[in-house]
Amino acid sequence: MVAKRIIPCLDVDNGRVVKGRRFVDLREAGDPAQLAANYSEQGADELVFLDISASRQNRDILVNVVRNVAEVINIPFTVGGGIRTMSDADTVLRNGADKVSINTAAVKDNTLVKRLSETYGAQCVVVAIDAKRSHKMLSGYEVYIYGGTSPTGLDAVEWARRAAELGAGEILLTSIDMDGTEKGYDIELTRKVVEAVDVPVIASGGAGSPEHIYRVFDEAGADAALAASIFHFGVYTVADVKRFLRERGVEVRL
Amino acid sequence: MRALVLHYGVGNVFSVSHALKRLGVEVIVSEKIVKDVDCMVLPGVGSFSAAAERIAPMRDEIVDMVRGGVPTLGICLGMQLFFEESEEGPGRGLGVFGGKVVMLPPSVKRPHMGWSMLHVKRESPLLENVDNTWVYFNHSYHPRPSNPQLVLAEANHGIDFPAVVGFGTVYGTQFHPEKSSVAGEKILRNFIKIVRG
Repeated sequence: MVAKRIIPCLDVDNGRVVKGRRFVDLREAGDPAQLAANYSEQGADELVFLDISASRQNRDILVNVVRNVAEVINIPFTVGGGIRTMSDADTVLRNGADKVSINTAAVKDNTLVKRLSETYGAQCVVVAIDAKRSHKMLSGYEVYIYGGTSPTGLDAVEWARRAAELGAGEILLTSIDMDGTEKGYDIELTRKVVEAVDVPVIASGGAGSPEHIYRVFDEAGADAALAASIFHFGVYTVADVKRFLRERGVEVRL
Repeated sequence: MRALVLHYGVGNVFSVSHALKRLGVEVIVSEKIVKDVDCMVLPGVGSFSAAAERIAPMRDEIVDMVRGGVPTLGICLGMQLFFEESEEGPGRGLGVFGGKVVMLPPSVKRPHMGWSMLHVKRESPLLENVDNTWVYFNHSYHPRPSNPQLVLAEANHGIDFPAVVGFGTVYGTQFHPEKSSVAGEKILRNFIKIVRG
């Protein structure tokens, strides 16, 4: 029996944690290492750290943040954002990340997932998928890359299945439609991907309350729920959410 | 106290090194054997075959240290290397423990990724004052020791599998103590107590 995981996400821009609404309109939320330590104490099961400035800025800032965060926490930690090559992955792993998350680069070059998985093991490789509703796709969802700005013509559920075949150990699935709205996860999208792959799925985009997190576990079968704003601004602690879940019969580490 | 963290693979050895440093241990991360140490840690990163290939040139030296009583902690893949072989791929383990490493059953999600309950089966210094507790796993394979008495604790993912093995001064965990929050820190502290004697 594996507990359902609660994963605060730290979107980092230029060394600071920020949170956007539908991928734009950024509001500053704090120091990465300090937030990481707080979450670890609150009982977060894992952290995900996405460098949203990666394509534009100096990678050294990211490496320093990774090291600072890894020094203060003793829970697992995924790093993504702008990881394009084996060498990018190696750099963040050597500096304290446990897993790397790849998004745009995985779509552009499928062999990267395979190569990462063969070198580091599937358990180290997270494929992040940003999906948006589209009536043109069989599943109803299309994959977007470049931070949710560029449609690919790929069906999101098909791509998830393919990514798992290539060696992804986990799928981090974000709904672009729901991201930042705090109106709840896209249950339908999550359920479709959970049913399509046999690796763990992290649901992301839209968490605004413990009820939303309960629903994505109960109705969509997600293995983990990722959230940012509800935690960063102190609306709920991770422990609050876990107590809520446990009262409803969800197995959590508490 | 000096600990050798043997960097035989790829990926994150920073976390385990840092966890030991936080507990006051002087850590030497090396790709080669360093003999003048009080204990050795085989961290858990990479695949079995790649790791077996990397340790092949120093296999005898490692086995000599482990059998010679240098307290050794294997984590995840590091623990799997104590056994003879693995279904993950070709390559020879250290053979310190008899048995092989097998895949988790297909009825469950693999990798087994996340927090599962540790069920303590047998008293040991490594698990002193550690009750059944949540620890962090991230693996698709697990050991099947030929001697069931090596199993100090189990966890369940499709089947009950050995989560902690140990004999004498050799210990291995299938989970990651360095990533298992307070419970993991307790286990690392116990290992350090074993080293101090």
